[in-house]
Amino acid sequence: MQVLIVLVVCSLIVALGFLAAFFWSVKDNQYDDTYTPSMRILFDDNEIAQKADSKEIQK
Amino acid sequence: MENQTSNPITPESPPQKKGKWEGLQLEHFSYDNTIVRNFAYATTFWGLVGMLVGLLAALQMSHPMFNFTEYFTFGRVRSVHTNAVIFAFVGNGIFTGVYYSLQRLCKARMFSDFLSKLHFWAWQLIIVFAALSLFMGYTTTKEYAELEWPLDIAIAVVWVIFGINMMGTIIKRREQHLYVAIWFYIATFVTVAVLHIVNSMALPVSFTKSYSLYAGVQDALVQWWYGHNAVAFFLTTPYLGLMYYFVPKAANRPVYSYRLSIIHYWALIFIYIWAGPHHLLYTALPDWAQWLGTVFSLMLIAPSWGGMLNGLLTLRGAWDKVRENPVLKFMVVALTSYGMATFEGPMLSFKNVNAISHYTDWTIAHVHVGALGWNGFLTFGMLYWLMPRLFSTKLFSTKLANVHFWIGTLGILFYVIPIYWAGWTQSLMWKEFTPAGFLKYEFLETVTQILPMYYMRAFGGTLYIIGALIMVYNIFKTIKQGRFVPEEKASAPAIKVQEKEKGGHWHSWIEKRPLQLLFWSTIAILIGGIIEFVPTFLIRSNVPTIAAVKPYTPLELEGRDLYIRENCAVCHSQMIRPFRDETERYGDYSKAGEFVYDRPFLWGSKRTGPDLQREGGKMPDSWHFNHMYDPQSTSPGSIMPPYYWLIENQLNTSLTERKIEAMQSLGVPYPKGFEKQVHEDMAKQAKGIQENLAKDNIEVKADREIIALIAYLQRLGTDVKKVDPQYLPKK
Repeated sequence: MQVLIVLVVCSLIVALGFLAAFFWSVKDNQYDDTYTPSMRILFDDNEIAQKADSKEIQK
Repeated sequence: MENQTSNPITPESPPQKKGKWEGLQLEHFSYDNTIVRNFAYATTFWGLVGMLVGLLAALQMSHPMFNFTEYFTFGRVRSVHTNAVIFAFVGNGIFTGVYYSLQRLCKARMFSDFLSKLHFWAWQLIIVFAALSLFMGYTTTKEYAELEWPLDIAIAVVWVIFGINMMGTIIKRREQHLYVAIWFYIATFVTVAVLHIVNSMALPVSFTKSYSLYAGVQDALVQWWYGHNAVAFFLTTPYLGLMYYFVPKAANRPVYSYRLSIIHYWALIFIYIWAGPHHLLYTALPDWAQWLGTVFSLMLIAPSWGGMLNGLLTLRGAWDKVRENPVLKFMVVALTSYGMATFEGPMLSFKNVNAISHYTDWTIAHVHVGALGWNGFLTFGMLYWLMPRLFSTKLFSTKLANVHFWIGTLGILFYVIPIYWAGWTQSLMWKEFTPAGFLKYEFLETVTQILPMYYMRAFGGTLYIIGALIMVYNIFKTIKQGRFVPEEKASAPAIKVQEKEKGGHWHSWIEKRPLQLLFWSTIAILIGGIIEFVPTFLIRSNVPTIAAVKPYTPLELEGRDLYIRENCAVCHSQMIRPFRDETERYGDYSKAGEFVYDRPFLWGSKRTGPDLQREGGKMPDSWHFNHMYDPQSTSPGSIMPPYYWLIENQLNTSLTERKIEAMQSLGVPYPKGFEKQVHEDMAKQAKGIQENLAKDNIEVKADREIIALIAYLQRLGTDVKKVDPQYLPKK
């Protein structure tokens, strides 16, 4: 079952990569604000989306 | 790249000034909608193709007459269906959603228009070649990784192109915060790359044939490490990313808990990667590895349900919108299906549940809750929301979309309920003994018993396709009434970068240098190449653990490759689990040492036909001949397609020497110089089978494919029955 070593190593590389990404994201203040990001995606400044939305409302 | 494309569109945009206020200026740019539209078209097209091929497969299972010629037998059609649905339909669905949402979430155009186009066309080209090659019988037979090595390399290259395009966009983003959907996209890219490269490791024999670098149990473990994570990181994480973008957008309200979405993400990706061995419970895989899979699978229920509830609760207080908006309806059923599938998955990973479910159609029902419900319905919801926006209009008919929703939902129910029923029926019948202690049912009885369920499944699938066709019509009319907006204008201030430049965070250096990024990405990818060497070193230690197990003869090896070409493993397992009903029906349970020369392993995942692990010697050669020519002649009521071309076709032996050489270099102990006498050896063995058949009045040339296949089938599982004379007690 030597291949288990390969898989465990690969999985660990991936997992450690994600761990590093996690630390980076915390250090980068990605999670200082866990409220506005969810609101922000709703506001697109392009007109088409708004036009489509307003059409839906009109109907 | 950014400025080149944005300036002509907004000539009034202020001139770029360098200086300390650089980061605060409002920048004007545009989103690339053309690439989104193209991927959306491809999603729709391949979705229909994949579903229709699926319907053909369903009809073949209920009526064998739907197996047309050697190119369209169930074995080949099934792998075309799974690949088309996963990589063509869902794959293009991922790219549609990612290319749309990533630009908006990053407030930036895609990194490179050229890479976008290259990605699109190369992916479609791969799909076409993949379908052709699978119909031609060029397959590795490893589920969802059936494609041969040239296509595997092409996929890896295109995947990296996608990754560079995505990471490049993230690096030049104008929004400091990476929305949770982007994290899901990143995890998808990284993990799929690693999985694909590790599982596809193979030694090519020709342009269309290769042998897995791993053998037997090891190959099985790698395959299901890949297989399970393909479900996780191709069908789940990218779609969760899409869910976190499109559900709030469609409901026009923020996700229930952004904090939960972050926990959901990190917990899910850390746990998923270890759950693969639950596909190999009670097989010859070491017990502790099986338990590892079980434990992690159980843990998965927490993040999965966290994500599902987060999606559904986004609609709290807005369920009235669901009544009116078909987009939300699709998404609610998608999330519910996701919840059901991710509850069922951990349950199926319990060893005692798996003892009942494994190798039955229960698995098929389980995956179709995921595919039809979660991936299919989320894609439909996304397309209904997206297409009117891309074409600056509103949906042609909400009513038709609602009709699609109900027909599709009924289709799912008519598909999965009969197939769950079929799975349980199979399992109960397989395991039933008479009071006298004999197996109650012949295998064939368990097949004919569930045929009515197969008819209903085909009906459910038809409903689902009718729904999809209604969507195509609706979207076509929507496009007709709208006007496509290829470039969508947007503006946003650049991120303040001064701080970072002073502090010199190492990442900010690379963020501004795409070429260096490319370099480091390549290094990162090469790590996958380095991993290649590790198994190669390990092969030497892959020694047989059962002395009686010997390598296949050249004729048997050719027969085995025919078994692979016809994808027999799709319906016939080669793994007898240590249960009384299985050892009674098929023979002694399978041992790890029996598979050391199997490249790839052929354990299968479903028993539509009986297990063949100990088939060797059970039936005379003539029975196999007649059975392959017309299965119903030997097994009345069988749903196996006839394989008459095996009798007509001459066996291609031009590669046999190279195959033996390849096996030798992989560590299979053929004697030295053996590759030079393969043709002699083959002719001798073939003559024996020919004579055997002649005794039963069957005249056939010794150089036909059927001879090689019979040689392989008669060898299966016989090695362990032989006793070396030196171990016999001396008198």
